Amino acid sequence: MHHETTVAPSMEHDITDGGPDMVQFVDGDGNRLPTCEANEPYAQIVEDMTSEDARSMYRDLVLVRRMDAEGHALQRQGELGLWPSLLGQEAAQVGAGRALRPQDYAFPGYREHGVAWCRGVDPVNLLGMFRGVNHGGWDSNQNNFHLYTIVIGNQMLHATGYAMGMQRDGVVGTGNPDRDAAVMAFTGDGGTAQGDYNEALVFASVANAPLVFFIQNNQWAISEPNYKQFRIPPYQRARGFGFPGVRVDGNDVLAVYAVAKAAMDAARTGQGPTLIEAFTYRLGAHTTSDDPTKYRSAAEVDIWREKDPIKRMRGFMETKGHADPTFFTELEEEADELAARIRRECQQMPDPEPVTMFDKVYVDQHPVIDAEREQFAAYQASFVQEGGN
Amino acid sequence: MSTQRMTLAKGLNSGLRKAMEDDPKVILMGEDVGKLGGVFRITEGLQKDFGEDRVIDTPLAEAGIVGTAIGLAMRGYRPVVEIQFDGFIYPAFDQIVSQVSKMHYRSLGALKLPMVIRVPFGGGIGAVEHHSESNEAYFAHTAGLRVVACSDPADAYWMIQQAIASDDPVIFYEPKRRYHERAEVDLDAPPVGLYDARVVRPGTDLTLLTYGPMVKTCVQAAEAAATEGHSLEVVDLRALSPLDRKTIFDSAKKTGRVVVVHEASTFLGMGAELAALVQQECFYHLEAPVLRVGGYNLPYPPSRFEEHFLPDLDRVLDTVDRSLAF
Ligand SMILES: Cc1ncc(C[n+]2csc(CCOP(=O)(O)OP(=O)(O)O)c2C)c(N)n1
Repeated sequence: MHHETTVAPSMEHDITDGGPDMVQFVDGDGNRLPTCEANEPYAQIVEDMTSEDARSMYRDLVLVRRMDAEGHALQRQGELGLWPSLLGQEAAQVGAGRALRPQDYAFPGYREHGVAWCRGVDPVNLLGMFRGVNHGGWDSNQNNFHLYTIVIGNQMLHATGYAMGMQRDGVVGTGNPDRDAAVMAFTGDGGTAQGDYNEALVFASVANAPLVFFIQNNQWAISEPNYKQFRIPPYQRARGFGFPGVRVDGNDVLAVYAVAKAAMDAARTGQGPTLIEAFTYRLGAHTTSDDPTKYRSAAEVDIWREKDPIKRMRGFMETKGHADPTFFTELEEEADELAARIRRECQQMPDPEPVTMFDKVYVDQHPVIDAEREQFAAYQASFVQEGGN
Repeated sequence: MSTQRMTLAKGLNSGLRKAMEDDPKVILMGEDVGKLGGVFRITEGLQKDFGEDRVIDTPLAEAGIVGTAIGLAMRGYRPVVEIQFDGFIYPAFDQIVSQVSKMHYRSLGALKLPMVIRVPFGGGIGAVEHHSESNEAYFAHTAGLRVVACSDPADAYWMIQQAIASDDPVIFYEPKRRYHERAEVDLDAPPVGLYDARVVRPGTDLTLLTYGPMVKTCVQAAEAAATEGHSLEVVDLRALSPLDRKTIFDSAKKTGRVVVVHEASTFLGMGAELAALVQQECFYHLEAPVLRVGGYNLPYPPSRFEEHFLPDLDRVLDTVDRSLAF
């Protein structure tokens, strides 16, 4: 008997071109693009930005890239066990991060170092979990930036619940912009296949939660191209959940900022969720453990290297005269200093006291943990005594 | 009037009501918990009195229910989540073991998740598949969670309030086949501690360690054994994590014989831990090996088998005889 196998037709699509729906304000050479159907709703936000805004956004891009490079280098020097680089995604993260106000809350995955930066988390604190001294060395309530979440998709639901809590607290749609708050939740293109992600969209939609889903479509989930994750891009799927989806050029920081700001404003004022798909690219490896040459072509990477978000913003600033050359030189110096500090403080990060391994498993006293802590301490002490004799 | 006769279901309902009255941050979430009052009516009338914002009918998505409850707890709420039936907790398993249990630890203590996950558990009600499971060992095995099971109306009333007051996340098992059993509940007496085991019936010859729906079965076994001159002590563990070791060990040392009884399959069930602990700590006091009575190591079978699958009076007594024969 002859069996015919039916496999899904190849759905490869161009992962270098975001298509006509994509919101974009600056072209590859840094020229301001004319108003068109896609970017028109956000044009005013970009118009309102000052030279000072542009400079400080650019500064974020450069410092974030430098911090990321340092993370990578520290891993190679054996100081970190792993580093997930954001190289190429700086504009997506800075644009999104800067659209948040202090009272907003961000729920990251594990690559959102640029968002952490915008929230005011000290970059050194991001290193702890990759060095293995903690599971996240920052107090998430201090910066309203949740801990990194490794299980893909889990945090999307936490974000949704948190946003529902804000609703209940009456800090949404109060008419006072300083009070109104919303949540931004981050995951990748691979993450959009997860059940938790899809459940989060259902819950957020039904609750009309003050929430912006921010998908960084960096085209790859480790070795799988995004067309192995979906046949309809994330921004189009949002409609099916009952709220708007927008695709934005994730390498155009002005566009990301404008789209994210509009979505957060809508969420804060009680108009419910928005999904933003930032069309971008992971220029480096998935993590320091990955070898991207096994699954993608140098030609593809080259196309995206041409779309470098920092180069583009710099071109824009120069054409517009937003900064003089000293700004750029001074920024390089600042980046060097930041990198040196990160390296120094990473190397100085002490191993935790062994017995603290037992801390903070429970809020209230727990006899099993207490007994094991005591046993462990006694066991440790027995070595000290032996050494002393 | 401080003493009321009520069912276990009513005990839970009254306990939830009390907790909601006492603390406006307590919210209930789950499938059908609103107008219907839950498929077992445990939340009956609560939405009417506390509103849709505090008794939330959620989408039918267990990971979503538990995952959003995490976010709400982070925001300062005390969510009490209802899982409709034991066999439907698995879609939320990841959220529970990866996130609920670890949030306090991974945040170095900065975050608390004061949430309760209510699970009607166990068999004996003639249900279709996935409605009769005892999955407590999965959660008791996971550090960061607390796991408790009530067995009678008074405990139902008090334990649910104590679980809600806990700053640690609690998996709260309710013996669904005992929902409609009645007893006197003293609404004023100070409750037993949430993590304390309770000697339900004192005895001298052998200890039955049990919890949840099997407590009643064990008490009946003890009554039957008494007619043959054997004095059995019945200990209701109440807490499965952390265990109240002292009460367990005191009883084991007193009687010298221990039989663990639960509905869950015996292989790597709670009984495995209890047997290991008791032999480790009470070895010189034991007259017999610790024996276990549990469900067989099968998927929960179709309901026409369940009277054979589940431990009953005879199987408990048979095992008691084996222990006494050593
Ligand atoms: C539930 C789960 N499955 C698998 C993994 C292993 N893993 C880590 S990152 C990753 C790819 C994620 O891709 P994507 O969501 O596109 O995000 P990106 O890494 O590209 O930012 C996988 C499979 C995981 N962390 N969690």
